[in-house]
Amino acid sequence: MSNGHAGASILYRKSVMSIEHSNFTENTGQLNDATQSEALPTPTKRARAVSLLQRQGAFLALVILLVFGGLRYDNFLSTGNIADVLSYNSMFGLIALGMTFVIITGGIDLSVGSVVAFTSVVAAQVSPSGPLVALVVPMLVGALVGLVNGFVIAKFQILPFITTLATLLAARGLALSFANNTAVSVAQDNGFTTIGQGDFFGIPIPVLIAGAAFIIGAVVLLFTRFGRHVLAIGGNEEAARLMGLPVDRIKIAVYVISGALAGLAGVVLASKYGAGQPTAGAGWELSAIASVVVGGTLLMGGLGSVGGTLVGVLLLGWIIKVLDFENGKGVVSLSAYWQSVIRGSFLLIVVLIQNRLMRRRQG
Amino acid sequence: MAKNISQNQVADPQPGDKIPIPTTPTNLVNPAANVLSTNRSLLPPWVRSIGQTYGAAIALLLILVYNVFFTPYFVTMQTFNINLTQVSTIVIVAIGMTLVIATGGIDLSVGALMALGGAAAPIIFLNPPFGNQTLGNILAFIVPVLIAGAFGLFNGGLITFFKIQPFIATLILFIAGRGIAQVVTNGKLQTFNNDTFEFIGLGQLFGVRFQIILMVVIVLVAAWIMRVSTFGRYVLAVGGNEQAARLAGVPVTRVKLIVYAVSGLLSGVAGLIVIAINTSSDANQVGLGMELDAIAAVAVGGTPLTGGRATIIGTLIGALIMQLIRFTLLAHGVPDSIALVIKAAIILIAVYVQRSRRS
Repeated sequence: MSNGHAGASILYRKSVMSIEHSNFTENTGQLNDATQSEALPTPTKRARAVSLLQRQGAFLALVILLVFGGLRYDNFLSTGNIADVLSYNSMFGLIALGMTFVIITGGIDLSVGSVVAFTSVVAAQVSPSGPLVALVVPMLVGALVGLVNGFVIAKFQILPFITTLATLLAARGLALSFANNTAVSVAQDNGFTTIGQGDFFGIPIPVLIAGAAFIIGAVVLLFTRFGRHVLAIGGNEEAARLMGLPVDRIKIAVYVISGALAGLAGVVLASKYGAGQPTAGAGWELSAIASVVVGGTLLMGGLGSVGGTLVGVLLLGWIIKVLDFENGKGVVSLSAYWQSVIRGSFLLIVVLIQNRLMRRRQG
Repeated sequence: MAKNISQNQVADPQPGDKIPIPTTPTNLVNPAANVLSTNRSLLPPWVRSIGQTYGAAIALLLILVYNVFFTPYFVTMQTFNINLTQVSTIVIVAIGMTLVIATGGIDLSVGALMALGGAAAPIIFLNPPFGNQTLGNILAFIVPVLIAGAFGLFNGGLITFFKIQPFIATLILFIAGRGIAQVVTNGKLQTFNNDTFEFIGLGQLFGVRFQIILMVVIVLVAAWIMRVSTFGRYVLAVGGNEQAARLAGVPVTRVKLIVYAVSGLLSGVAGLIVIAINTSSDANQVGLGMELDAIAAVAVGGTPLTGGRATIIGTLIGALIMQLIRFTLLAHGVPDSIALVIKAAIILIAVYVQRSRRS
């Protein structure tokens, strides 16, 4: 049953814990029954259809948006424009991917925006030592911030919201302090800028990085024991603890992942724009959360999908492009300030639709 | 123990059955598990007990004492005015945030609503209705606050009628609200010279800035409401256990609508103060990051983010602590960037020390 379920749908429900049977009967024998009673039943056909619709809904909206844009505007679906949108949104994609894991455990990571700024500065400062160092060190720095987040949340039992709010401030402070309050330019001559500006057979490298990260992320969430543990903790932390899952370690791990991916986004930022920017990334955490929510991941945890987040990121990214192209047509002229209004309204619509679906599922 | 659970509850769940999952983290079968998982502390009980009750006040006192001795010119009217002027908008917004958090919610839109209120006021008094400047000035105080309050009500509506989580519901206006303010003003700086209006930010009564008096009044009224009035009890009841509150006859929906509306109203007031101080309104800047400052003040003040408990005076103290720490560090030559890192540490320590035993 477990394989069939996993294969059929990227979207997991809390019932994922029943999948855990085979893993845990070996170790703990009697826990089997307890597991079953604490887990939700497997989804009914209707519930599955609704949850599929929920995921497909966002996907459908993306397709409609692209078809609409492709028909209405010249060059909307040109390779240049696609590469541009994907490349720009690769940074948001990376942090949204990490955020997905965190949110599935029922947590939240507000620090990622500042971590992007901090690690972009670090990347710029170590970039003279070569692209590899400038790729790895910022990721480690990001992972370290994530480690602090996870450790404080798991061991000191401080709410994720407060903990990561504090590290949001701290990472911003460190970014400004490391950079002496100004942008830090990167080494231009040793290939570091290729990470953000180069391409591979026409595909921008940031897109390849983000694409690889999403594939790995999806595989980890769907097919590994760790992924199932993440879902189990979000479903019911106490039950997961009683089942013997290393809850604290898993929690720390998701924040480390989120931090490392934010570090990677920082590398891309520094490399793409040729400078580490200590003031960049403000509010990115909330955009990332919006993408994750649009992608159908529940903020309560226990339910979520990497693919959905990808769709969420692309939707919110492409909407802005539609605005740009619409202005280019010259029929209406909407200032750039409409961007956030449209994004917010879109988030509202998606959330209202999801909410209806959720309620129908429950009722 | 594991077997007990399975025998007491449903034995053989069939696919499609609805089985209630335990929603409270309390394990009735094995109390030891609770202790293990939830009550791990590095501090001895008596320290925690004092820390929970008086931690923030003691911290504030220590900072004050330190400054009196080690910061030159600290005990002057000017320092008093500077610090309280800077903190007043945070306190005013944080009071609304405290009410919201007491119901178990959160309001991320306060900064955006400040920008909205701040954008609306100059439009009104620069284009007074019927050419009547007095009327324009009066409306410039009232209408922007009501607009912000209406948006707060919108938040409350999403949360109560559409059952959207407060975080997401207010995230919508966090994203869109500032955008609306920018669209309305076309992102341009609105400068003005209007003594009557500027009184809310720059005026003085008995040598004290008017906004400080306004802040104190709002704090006292809110503290009184939370301590004495039925509404205050309702707010805490909703945050403590919404279902139980509903069953006990608490008008949960109305209470929630009111707290989000109040949060919006107070954000509007704070927006007016900010633009009055600057004698200009910049929708890109007014209230930027305020939601985090306000939440930090609430948390440091000892109100748990899980709802059900709240202390208005604590929030005032929390905001003062954050303000004085920044002031102290700056006065002693520590750059703002390092001050941010120290602020982060203070938030974590404060919340850890005041953590409730049942959390």
